[in-house]
Amino acid sequence: MRKMLTIISNVLRGSASRNGAELVSEGARVVVSARTYADFTPQASFDIKKCDVHKLEEGPPLQAVLTREEGLQYYRTMQTIRRMELKADQLYKQKIIRGFCHLYDGQEACAVGIEAGINLSDHLITAYRAHGYTLTRGGTVREIMAELTGRRGGIAKGKGGSMHMYTKHFYGGNGIVGAQVPLGAGVALACKYLGKNELCVCLYGDGAANQGQIFETYNMASLWKLPCIFICENNKYGMGTSVERAAASTDYYKRGDFIPGLRVDGMDVLCVREATKLAAEHCRSGKGPILMELQTYRYHGHSMSDPGISYRTRDEIQEVRSKSDPISMLKDRMLSNNMASVEELKEIDVEVRKEIEDAAQFATTDPEPPLDDLCNHIFYNDPPMEVRGTNPWTKLKSIS
Amino acid sequence: MASLRCFLRSGKKAVTAVLRREFHGTPPAAVQVTVRDALNQAMDEELERDERVFLLGEEVAQYDGAYKVSRGLWKKYGDKRIIDTPITEMGFAGIAVGAAMAGLRPICEFMTFNFSMQAIDQVINSAAKTYYMSAGLQSVPIVFRGPNGASAGVAAQHSQCFAAWYGHCPGLKVVSPWSAEDARGLLKSAIRDDNPVVFLENELMYGVPFEMSEEVQSKDFLIPIGKAKIERQGTHITLVSHSRMVSLCLDAAAVLAKEGIECEVINMRTIRPLDAEAIETSIMKTNHLVTVEGGWPQFGIGAEILARIMEGPAFNYLDSPAVRVTGVDIPMPYAKILEDNSVPQIKDIIFSIKKTLNV
Repeated sequence: MRKMLTIISNVLRGSASRNGAELVSEGARVVVSARTYADFTPQASFDIKKCDVHKLEEGPPLQAVLTREEGLQYYRTMQTIRRMELKADQLYKQKIIRGFCHLYDGQEACAVGIEAGINLSDHLITAYRAHGYTLTRGGTVREIMAELTGRRGGIAKGKGGSMHMYTKHFYGGNGIVGAQVPLGAGVALACKYLGKNELCVCLYGDGAANQGQIFETYNMASLWKLPCIFICENNKYGMGTSVERAAASTDYYKRGDFIPGLRVDGMDVLCVREATKLAAEHCRSGKGPILMELQTYRYHGHSMSDPGISYRTRDEIQEVRSKSDPISMLKDRMLSNNMASVEELKEIDVEVRKEIEDAAQFATTDPEPPLDDLCNHIFYNDPPMEVRGTNPWTKLKSIS
Repeated sequence: MASLRCFLRSGKKAVTAVLRREFHGTPPAAVQVTVRDALNQAMDEELERDERVFLLGEEVAQYDGAYKVSRGLWKKYGDKRIIDTPITEMGFAGIAVGAAMAGLRPICEFMTFNFSMQAIDQVINSAAKTYYMSAGLQSVPIVFRGPNGASAGVAAQHSQCFAAWYGHCPGLKVVSPWSAEDARGLLKSAIRDDNPVVFLENELMYGVPFEMSEEVQSKDFLIPIGKAKIERQGTHITLVSHSRMVSLCLDAAAVLAKEGIECEVINMRTIRPLDAEAIETSIMKTNHLVTVEGGWPQFGIGAEILARIMEGPAFNYLDSPAVRVTGVDIPMPYAKILEDNSVPQIKDIIFSIKKTLNV
């Protein structure tokens, strides 16, 4: 499709008018835009919501600059996450994905905005709603989907599943609520220790925010000035329990007490990016940890076994979808500022859909892991050993 | 009429049948009840019977329970008796133990026992050991309950069996029901017991229906903690198991019966205190033993049973070494083919039985 566009575009450039000329081929019903990149606004400045701050001089700037390239990239990534999660929903209902599956649709601006504010050489850890982060941290849709379907091409060779995906500098994917927070501070400790000016982004939800180990972590991270950005993704519900019923204080950005905090509009990818940049600067300058609360929303229930409507209304979900959808927000901004065309974005949608379809195809046809992989990966860097099977006569082999 | 009811409750089935036929002309009303419903009814009845009993845990109230075991209870008993907690196991387990110390009778639910690891200090150090440390001054009448062991496709952090871990500790009673009858009778006993009881359910068994006799349906039906049950009589080999694995043992026994091998299947019902006597009596009859569990082999349930048999009178009755069928010694993988091969299957049990019997 892209190739065809380029050829036709070149042909048209060779001929007469170039501004705003559109060619509609009757036969194929293809709309080809002959507008060149010079027609689009290369960058624009957008107002973003003010962040409430806690023990901070100032929050991020009230305006964010977005370039066309950045906009298209954020759009593509968010759309990829969105479609990937919806495909996972479909595959789960067809029983091709099993076990636990916690979907991220609605929260895309968080993962994409955070990644835009840090580098791939930084570190990140999150809980079980992790598919989006696996992607932004370098995983491919193919290997994520194949992991969900439990195949050998999965990012964890089919052994981890939805909640246990890892990539370089991405420490999962963690199933036990809150446990990832001390882990994240530990990664930050290593960053400081090794002196490479890297930091760790450590995510948890509103449900986890009440965990004791998080407060223990705040204390040590602060005492030892660890380069750790704690991020609470507040999607208003911990499984089926609303924040008011679980937390004596729902000002999650203040819960770090002695740790400076900011509350961020988690549905606006630019707001998230600017806040993350500020937080990253804070950590890299040696000031210690900082806390961000991202106010966001999940469209799906807690997991695939939760319809998500027994503790909240369909109206509420619909309201967020129509008024605050992160992808729509970015799309509207770009279109109304002439930073992209409708066709261009539609084309991205088509490409994303194709990528997801291909990945789903792979994920459903790739074979399951081989049985002789069953006992591997118990120990690292160890000689091969024997593992007891289900009975004393079955001795299985384990290789590092 | 009252004395007639007493007759019925005391379980004299023949008398029951006769009397019923005389008065009503119909046989005793057995019903099909799932394990989930049995647990639900047991809790409902105990909440009604004793004001001091209350339930706390994640999603137990307004969500009706993560696995719907506490469905309808919040609607019936309200906020005071059915309490939704934040996701903070160490904290709420400690709170539950404290409440038990001060005279209440809490049921503390762990959404799965994997999460009890976050709270295990409270279970062991605050609950299990206190009566001993206080030389009898302070008791802790608490029940910790929730699903234990492998489920389906929930991967390594959500599939561990804790029977051996809790069974290791003096001061705790550890119970592992299999059928709906077990669930009902043992939960009632656990709630009425004045000691800390760890009640290990199984998610895959929740939806399984069992026939429940009239007697079992009665409000005061209790199963004593510490007594195993022989689910199937046999003469050639003793199979000892708990929870979901009892189903597999019965299935294996059915297959082998066609080949003329009669297995005696013992449902442990209680992990601690272990009913060694029931196992010994059976071995003295069959001369062979295979234990079956879902958990890992090292230092597990089977390991303890085999050690006790070695140390006891039944050892001399064994015609071949006793053997354990267990989960594979690895963290639980996610992919279906790997998961299926990580837990005992019926064919593994049959294989082990035949090797033990040398057939």
